Amino acid sequence: MVGEAITKVSGRAVVVPGADIDTDRIIPARFLRCVTFDGLGEQLFWDVRFEPDGTPKSHPLNEPTAEGARILISGRNFGCGSSREHAPQSIARAGFRAVVAESFAEIFFGNSLTLGLVCATATAEHLVEIGALVAGEKTVELTLDVEAGVLQGGGRTWPVGVPASARDALVAGQWDPLAQLRAGEATTRAVAGELAYLRWTRS
Amino acid sequence: MSKNLFQKVWDLHTVAELPDGRSQLFVGLHLVHEVTSPQAFAMLDELGLQVAYPNRTYATVDHIIPTDRQTRPFADSLAEQMIVALRDNTRKHGIRYFDVDSGRQGIVHVVGPEQGLTWPGMTICCGDSHTSTHGAFGAIAFGIGTTQVRDVLATQTLALERLKVRRVQVDGELGPGVYAKDVILHVIRKLGVQGGVGHAYEFGGSTIDAMSMEERMTLCNMAIEGGARVGYVNPDETTVEYLRGRPFSPTGADWDEATAFWLGLASAPDAEYDDVVRFDAADIAPTVTWGIHPGQAVGVVERLTPLAQVAEADRAGHAEALEHMGLEDGAPVIGVPVQVAFIGSCTNSRMSDLREVARYVRGQHVAKGVRALVVPGSQVVAAQAEAEGLDAIFTEAGFEWRKAGCSMCLAMNPDKLVGRELCASSSNRNFKGRQGSAQGRTMLMSPVMVAAAAIRGSVADAREVFGISAAGRA
Ligand code: SF4
Repeated sequence: MVGEAITKVSGRAVVVPGADIDTDRIIPARFLRCVTFDGLGEQLFWDVRFEPDGTPKSHPLNEPTAEGARILISGRNFGCGSSREHAPQSIARAGFRAVVAESFAEIFFGNSLTLGLVCATATAEHLVEIGALVAGEKTVELTLDVEAGVLQGGGRTWPVGVPASARDALVAGQWDPLAQLRAGEATTRAVAGELAYLRWTRS
Repeated sequence: MSKNLFQKVWDLHTVAELPDGRSQLFVGLHLVHEVTSPQAFAMLDELGLQVAYPNRTYATVDHIIPTDRQTRPFADSLAEQMIVALRDNTRKHGIRYFDVDSGRQGIVHVVGPEQGLTWPGMTICCGDSHTSTHGAFGAIAFGIGTTQVRDVLATQTLALERLKVRRVQVDGELGPGVYAKDVILHVIRKLGVQGGVGHAYEFGGSTIDAMSMEERMTLCNMAIEGGARVGYVNPDETTVEYLRGRPFSPTGADWDEATAFWLGLASAPDAEYDDVVRFDAADIAPTVTWGIHPGQAVGVVERLTPLAQVAEADRAGHAEALEHMGLEDGAPVIGVPVQVAFIGSCTNSRMSDLREVARYVRGQHVAKGVRALVVPGSQVVAAQAEAEGLDAIFTEAGFEWRKAGCSMCLAMNPDKLVGRELCASSSNRNFKGRQGSAQGRTMLMSPVMVAAAAIRGSVADAREVFGISAAGRA
């Protein structure tokens, strides 16, 4: 099962500024009371986008230009907190294909990769420049080139970081590892056979 | 230089190196709860796959379960749907499930160790970031996402990047009224909430050696709040004694073989680390978080760092936290009024936590206007606490005594903050909205500090409230 090769992401961007944006903020826990991921796109960042009574607040995701945007821009330690895949799922289901931030929490990064949601890092300074470009021209098209490791837009180019293993997996269309894991079935059995503790298990 | 425990366990479980450089890792124990698993089972069904090693997975229900009345069907139809899905999925795939009527249900990270399922030298994962808790036994334990839950169900393996290992060395004796919770809050305060990204934290040193297993669990539970997906303590005699005679612990000749294997896994004194950081136990005070992430913490007798003195990169976050919490710049934390007190969660809901709180609240009373809850981590803990009469001590002191579950740690069950309520909480996360109200406020601290806040009606130094001194209780 080889997925789609992801080499580039192009489209409008939305900037959600701030450091340490946690998974409870991305998708509040009460929306995790579900047995499918289907409705999560609309609930993205709900508590910061809406008043308790549902009235929209002023938030970048509530602007008309956010509709159809493909790239989410944020700050340091994005996606910290829970391991809930509901967070990258809600970002992806809201239409985003990439997140560019100063750094990422580890579990969030791994969860995003298995969904083919690109997580790329940029320096704080470049993020300010990118933010200024998007603020000045909300409909500007950005292109994230995963292979080349650059983000382009408004005639400018910024370097972005995607760790080599993630980049290779994205470009090869092997961001979903299940097929490779299944191919290792015989070796898995052999490794399990060597683990004495599996024999100590009682039921 | 010899291999540290992390390296030994990782190598034992490595199936293959994948083309992208990640390792394919065998998972020794897989734990499942109702929130992050239904979609994984659905993916499996969609692909027409079976669970490869059903006897390596155990399930229980914790996040959505009401802690007052647990009669079915639950009033919340979504919660009911989730518990039904878990029962059906585990039944269909032959997975052992500790249901509400089993007497063993509880928070997954309390249940695993208490049942003797968690062993040193295992790789353990669960669709839950606080899986790091199980590292207390010298296991490599970490949280995964739902698609990875699918991977484990289908293959009992995962694709993972190998971690670096940081030795977090804590030496010396903790002061009176200072607990494992304070140690981990202090470590996160000093190393930052993303200090551990890419790392496993190996906790060691004389302070850690002296800790009970329950204290080590509190410590490892919050490694992830410092960015470290894995936190662990090397197995020793304390570990072995804890596991002796538990329902799923090895027996007979297996037990002897197991203990030898476990003790042999510990990092030797000459083990290699990517780096080492040191703390002195004497520097650690009862610690409370005042902000909106677990790194925003201070010793209870300190004042907040004035905004002007905060490092520039942290200033915006600091200001945002002050605003959300309604605190003045540079204010003390003592005296901040609390409306709710929560003792529970996978960080601090075990017998030692409850006994310690009971010892101090006996004969005292929760302040007027404070809603105070004690929520045991599992049905086993609940039964033991009731057998010891702790429930009566709590209720007489004005605490509600609840049934096992995640409760007010997160907003997925009826236990929630309302409006701007401020909660003194023994849980592990103080993110905005975490406890169920977008405007709600959380201050994390040890269970005894929560009890002190409940009794005073405001954040207080438990040492002073309860007369805790080096000579014992005054
Ligand atoms: S008690 Fe809290 S942190 Fe622990 S598993 Fe439950 S919700 Fe997660």
